[in-house]
Amino acid sequence: MLWQERFELNTMRLTDFDIYRDLLKEKSGLIITQDKIYLLESRLGPVAKKWGYPGLEALTLALQGAPKPELVNDVVEAMTTNETSFFRDTRPFDQFKAVILPKIMEKRAATKKIRIWCAAASSGQEPYSLVMILEEMKAKLPGWKVEILATDISNDILAQARQGVYTQFEVQRGLPIQMLMTHFVQDGDKWQISDAVKKQVTFQKFNLLDNMSALGRFDIIFCRNVLIYFDEPTKRGVLERMAKQCENDGFLLLGGAETVLGITEEWRLLPEQRGLYVRKDSPHLTTAPAVSKTASA
Amino acid sequence: MKSCLVVDDSRVVRKVARRIAEDLGFSCIEAEDGKQAYEACQKSMPDAILLDWNMPVMSGIEFLEKLRQMEGGSYPKVVFCTTENNVAHIKRALQAGANEYIMKPFDSEIIENKFRQVGLIEG
Ligand SMILES: C[S@@+](CC[C@H](N)C(=O)[O-])C[C@H]1O[C@@H](n2cnc3c(N)ncnc32)[C@H](O)[C@@H]1O
Repeated sequence: MLWQERFELNTMRLTDFDIYRDLLKEKSGLIITQDKIYLLESRLGPVAKKWGYPGLEALTLALQGAPKPELVNDVVEAMTTNETSFFRDTRPFDQFKAVILPKIMEKRAATKKIRIWCAAASSGQEPYSLVMILEEMKAKLPGWKVEILATDISNDILAQARQGVYTQFEVQRGLPIQMLMTHFVQDGDKWQISDAVKKQVTFQKFNLLDNMSALGRFDIIFCRNVLIYFDEPTKRGVLERMAKQCENDGFLLLGGAETVLGITEEWRLLPEQRGLYVRKDSPHLTTAPAVSKTASA
Repeated sequence: MKSCLVVDDSRVVRKVARRIAEDLGFSCIEAEDGKQAYEACQKSMPDAILLDWNMPVMSGIEFLEKLRQMEGGSYPKVVFCTTENNVAHIKRALQAGANEYIMKPFDSEIIENKFRQVGLIEG
């Protein structure tokens, strides 16, 4: 039986696995299955070491008592996947420029204020990509105030984002060379994003499982490539609470493998726009132009 | 089928780059230096050029400057692909008419990404 084979192959005991599975689901929403035991072991080894435990068993024991919140936090952070890149998947950023901004600018012509939330910002490439687009469109945005709040559950990754220093490899994934020249300064073999870009983003720790009301309301929400790690009830909870933080004429962007379909009725796909959602009571649903055959893939 | 001219004095690099470009659906020709590349372009303008900087006979930047003055020479999308990774080199390349710039070491993902950015591949 496969189950037994696994039991023998892996050093971690299944009861120990259950402890981590429950803890991670409760603290961050992350769902892990038994085939990820190897990942637990490789990522938690360094945490055990940092806290002076001789091995994983000792760490597991500590977590069963009344562990320090910082320890729990380290375990949660160690298990996050922070994979990201500038202009990841291209399409959402094209939509931001060509579909979302024009519509929002029309709606906010009186206040000239736009609030954007990157809800799982990782090392900052996503919010910084938005700033670079806004910089490009500057001439069309005189007197506008665009606020970008970028949040993540991981303190470590937020520290990296705030620093804004990237490797040669990272700046070659998705970032046009012109933008590298305009917005970065070379520092040895690293590239530092300019202060002018940095100061347009506010980074803050935030857990998507928590109450969102203190964050205020947003016109545009990027929540990309994080829901994939959650189970369905958690996805639903996040999406429905997010709908309350979104202006009724606002927008939501999800990752390529994510959808609201079959999960919640609070959001609707904007016709012809893959990955782009609006609230169910959104004015954009009724004023959508007649179906054009060119846009979608 | 779109064509890609791979210009590098290293056979190994040419081979690797060629494989990547072929996987992206390009038919490839190779050149060992700027002069060979120039001659290839005189025969027929490729859609894409992957261009090294330092080569004997004619450097990548010299070739690019010449290319952009040829008839039809503004057509190919030129992506530099070089170990020269400082701002001065990159700016000079852009000024000479390069469309994109890859700092070695590269992988298939980077080439695909850059080709997409300059519109050589769709989607
Ligand atoms: C794969 S990255 C996605 C980054 C970026 N949005 C993108 O699409 O490229 C996922 C991020 O979600 C964060 N994350 C995971 N669980 C979270 C939670 N419960 N609350 C907030 N952020 C979370 C992780 O720390 C990680 O940085």
